[in-house]
Amino acid sequence: MNLSTNEVWLLIAGLILMTALVKAAGPVFVGGRELPQPFMRVVSFAAPPLLTALVVTSVLADGRRLAVGADTVGVLVGGLLLVCRVPLVVSAVAAVVVTATLRAFL
Amino acid sequence: MTAEDRESFRLGVRQGIPFGAVGFVISLSFGVLATEAGFTALQAIVVAGLVFAGSAQFASLSIVAGGGGIPAALAAATLMNSRFLAMGIALAPSLPGRAVTRAAQGQTVVDSSWALASRGDGTFDRWRLFGTTLPQYVSWLAGTVVGAYAGDLIGDPERLGLDALFPVFFVAILLAELKRPGARTVALVGAAIALALVPWTPPGIPILAASVAALLGLVMPDAPSESAPEVTT
Repeated sequence: MNLSTNEVWLLIAGLILMTALVKAAGPVFVGGRELPQPFMRVVSFAAPPLLTALVVTSVLADGRRLAVGADTVGVLVGGLLLVCRVPLVVSAVAAVVVTATLRAFL
Repeated sequence: MTAEDRESFRLGVRQGIPFGAVGFVISLSFGVLATEAGFTALQAIVVAGLVFAGSAQFASLSIVAGGGGIPAALAAATLMNSRFLAMGIALAPSLPGRAVTRAAQGQTVVDSSWALASRGDGTFDRWRLFGTTLPQYVSWLAGTVVGAYAGDLIGDPERLGLDALFPVFFVAILLAELKRPGARTVALVGAAIALALVPWTPPGIPILAASVAALLGLVMPDAPSESAPEVTT
């Protein structure tokens, strides 16, 4: 890292400010009133694509490169366990164990 | 706060606990990686407590740890956070009060609480949102404290496979969402958009762009919105 401790504080202040502003924007500008039906329909479908995109990019993207690694397999195992209604904490442990084991032997 | 609100809040807290348990370990790896990169323990803890946004924290950390500067780190974090803009707009009509109050309530949004508080008809149960976030905030902060001070004992989070936790956490939230008719199609289109953009745009943009898939909601058959999605915990 090329940043001094003071520069890190500057970065942190920026992160706090940006995150607070992004989270406040929606509630401040469109809050407290009923919105048209088509808008609500779109909104009710916003979570699945956002969450799927988070999953596929964290598992398959390495910067701007698409790559398969030990974590891809681990997350796949954890995901399958979740589909089979295994509790989150157990599925998460399985994903970690599979990922770490593959890394140790590959 | 009515009795119903209290019930929602309690339900939220219960549902937030497993996410909090996984979040603890994710946040612990943040503490280890941040101090390893050169943050002081206090700095890592302040980030966890006041930024409280995992993907933005890891995105900015990986940039500065790799020798990048503050503008690049801030831009990456903001892009990762940009999904909260979409979430905040969705949530907004369900938040009462003056602008300042609404802004404050909006700060409690994290991915899991937002998804779990959705009633499936475009409205949100805000007390369930607050409840789901609470245990996750506490464990997120605690995880970084442990990671920042015990990093030497823990070792390399990646060698331990801890980077697999973050996506599994999101799969759990996603599965609850996919029970709705039409949600799978929208999710697949979102994934395709994101993956197609990875080679061409900076990290974060593919995720934001995937939200365009929600426009398909306009042509989806009517959803029988009986209750908020249940999650296996």
